[in-house]
Amino acid sequence: MPAPIVPLRIAAYTVTSAAGVGKAPLRAALSESRSALTANDFGPAPLPTWIGRVAGLESAALPKPLAAWDCRNNRLAWLGLNGDAFIDAVHAARERHGAARVAVVLGTSTSSIGATEDAYRHLDADGAFPADNRNPSVHTPHSLASFVQEALDLAGPSVTVSTACSSSAKVFATAERMIRLGLVDAAVVGGVDTLCGSVLFGFNALQLVSSEPCRPFDAERSGISIGEAAGFALLERADDARRRVPAVAPARHGGGGRPTAGRPAGLYLLGYGESSDAHHMSTPHPDGLGAERALDDALARAGIDAGAVDHINLHGTASAKNDEVEAALVARRFPATTHASSTKGVTGHTLGAAGIVEAAASLLAIEHGLRPGTVNTRVLDPACGPQVRIEAANAPVHVALSNSFGFGGNNCVLVFGDASAGGSR
Amino acid sequence: MSGGVRGGMLFVDGIAFWAPTLPGWPAARAAFRGEAAPLATPVKRPAPDILAPAERRRAPDTVALALEVAAAAVRDSGLDAATLPSVFTSAHGDLAVNDYMCSTLANEPTSISPTKFHNSVHNAAAGYWTMATGCHEASTALSAFDASFGAGLLEAATQCQADARAVLLVGVDVEAAGALASVTASTGLLACALVLSPRASERTVATFHWSLVGGKSGPTPIRSAAARSLAGNAMAGALPLFEAIAVAEPGQEAGAVALALAPSLSLVLVAKASAPVASTTAPALAS
Repeated sequence: MPAPIVPLRIAAYTVTSAAGVGKAPLRAALSESRSALTANDFGPAPLPTWIGRVAGLESAALPKPLAAWDCRNNRLAWLGLNGDAFIDAVHAARERHGAARVAVVLGTSTSSIGATEDAYRHLDADGAFPADNRNPSVHTPHSLASFVQEALDLAGPSVTVSTACSSSAKVFATAERMIRLGLVDAAVVGGVDTLCGSVLFGFNALQLVSSEPCRPFDAERSGISIGEAAGFALLERADDARRRVPAVAPARHGGGGRPTAGRPAGLYLLGYGESSDAHHMSTPHPDGLGAERALDDALARAGIDAGAVDHINLHGTASAKNDEVEAALVARRFPATTHASSTKGVTGHTLGAAGIVEAAASLLAIEHGLRPGTVNTRVLDPACGPQVRIEAANAPVHVALSNSFGFGGNNCVLVFGDASAGGSR
Repeated sequence: MSGGVRGGMLFVDGIAFWAPTLPGWPAARAAFRGEAAPLATPVKRPAPDILAPAERRRAPDTVALALEVAAAAVRDSGLDAATLPSVFTSAHGDLAVNDYMCSTLANEPTSISPTKFHNSVHNAAAGYWTMATGCHEASTALSAFDASFGAGLLEAATQCQADARAVLLVGVDVEAAGALASVTASTGLLACALVLSPRASERTVATFHWSLVGGKSGPTPIRSAAARSLAGNAMAGALPLFEAIAVAEPGQEAGAVALALAPSLSLVLVAKASAPVASTTAPALAS
């Protein structure tokens, strides 16, 4: 088992999804159990499915100095960075620590491949990319992190993590290690994925796409709804935050009386676990072996037991296999009091951005005592234990878990908490 | 801090290399030392025997190459593959699969092959590797354009140092295919792998201090004609380190090797027994 980590403070975070730009619209949609999915109208020949589409990207051009990076994914990244004044928080961190002391670690599954797909539809007479879509830095996975590093004027390590649907969960692990070793003092983590032909037609080819809005953990679920999203978080050491936060404020929902673990009020990354199924490229291990291993490592790094987990944001894609395996894992490992749900009925499965979107949903849960429901789901699969809930609830959340499982059997579990949660280091 | 931001020590306990004219580390090492020439006739891509025969034929080039060097490096280290976390890095992923995906989407999108789709994920090689070796440890797949090898080495060295565990690093890039070749600069096939360990062992072939150093001095240039012949591949950023390991003599001080990480940041490795020397590297970072 890995040793517990020193929790890192989430100094700022933001999320932009089909629900809207910034945290407030996602919080509202989760609170009202409202789906943001719409009938698929993406691309020249839309498949009959439902999508989580971010409105207005077509007209959201990048500022002139960044125009060479233009593509749907980087537009969404830029829109996302501007949510909740996240850019200002990063600029303040840059001032505090220096540009070279802030890493950029971002996850994506397909990055700017939509721009590459466009180029293939408009090849010139020689079979080459059209003149207006030839920036080599766009047609490559690292388009995302290199664009964001330039947009934020940072000069530390910059890397794009691309492990399919666990991508933007694993970025927390990479950043934690860099900060722990003192390579950097802060990290911008997160991820962006946009709708594109590759994922819509690719998941369709695997017969994983539903023709109706996805119904995670429903006995009659019929597949996923693909979405797009951008999300970011700024990670710093807790003691850096203590220097700036004058007093320990009581938590907003019932946490006032709880002893803190010696940290200032706020939101923290408590732990993470990463693992491999070693089973199949596109189907999870039938016994959830990899997922459980990631869970065990995450709990160990957080220094907590499963019983301390108030809420789980499940991977819950509404694919037959994922939900079956994940439901069984949750049923056997958590007490009935743990409130587990999937938010994919709200945002869609945002693939490489799912990790950060659901990290944001978990942080909203802690901040506002909001335990989301499983939207669109009518009758739970009998494999579900009492933990999986259709209805949202308002109750304090001190510790929240977020599950992200990807192709290639790539698993990541994140643990977030308030100042009272986790180890007292 | 005069040597930049200190990372730590790393011990190379396993090494592997593969290119069509330098198929294997012994051939590459000899060529980088100027003791032998690269093959005049390139060999076909490797068929790693850890894949089942059918997989061996069907695997995309990136997967075949990655598994070949991963298996060779782990064999060299004497460690059990199932115990090693892994870091796979590639600037562009499988460009032939991407070309297939984008061409098919442009022409007949509903005919996409499900297998090609799941092989199009950047972590395909990591997935096949963990399946082939029964490895349940963490695996990741990274990209950082021209700095992909440096970024992969940083992640692997960071994991090795932070969790005091041996880590497998694999770097692969392939030739640009189809219309992608009009924008993406990558020629030929190139794959390399290292097993990094947090402590010395009887298998250790090289030992480095590593650090992050700011400034725009750029990466260490390639020194041999043999390495220069591979410079068109997007993983060529790995070549200066493999050259340095090839030419190192026991007990002899080696110069620093700088690998690009970002436009103004390098990962600098200095062979053990020589202290980090600021004069051989870029201006130090304030830290």
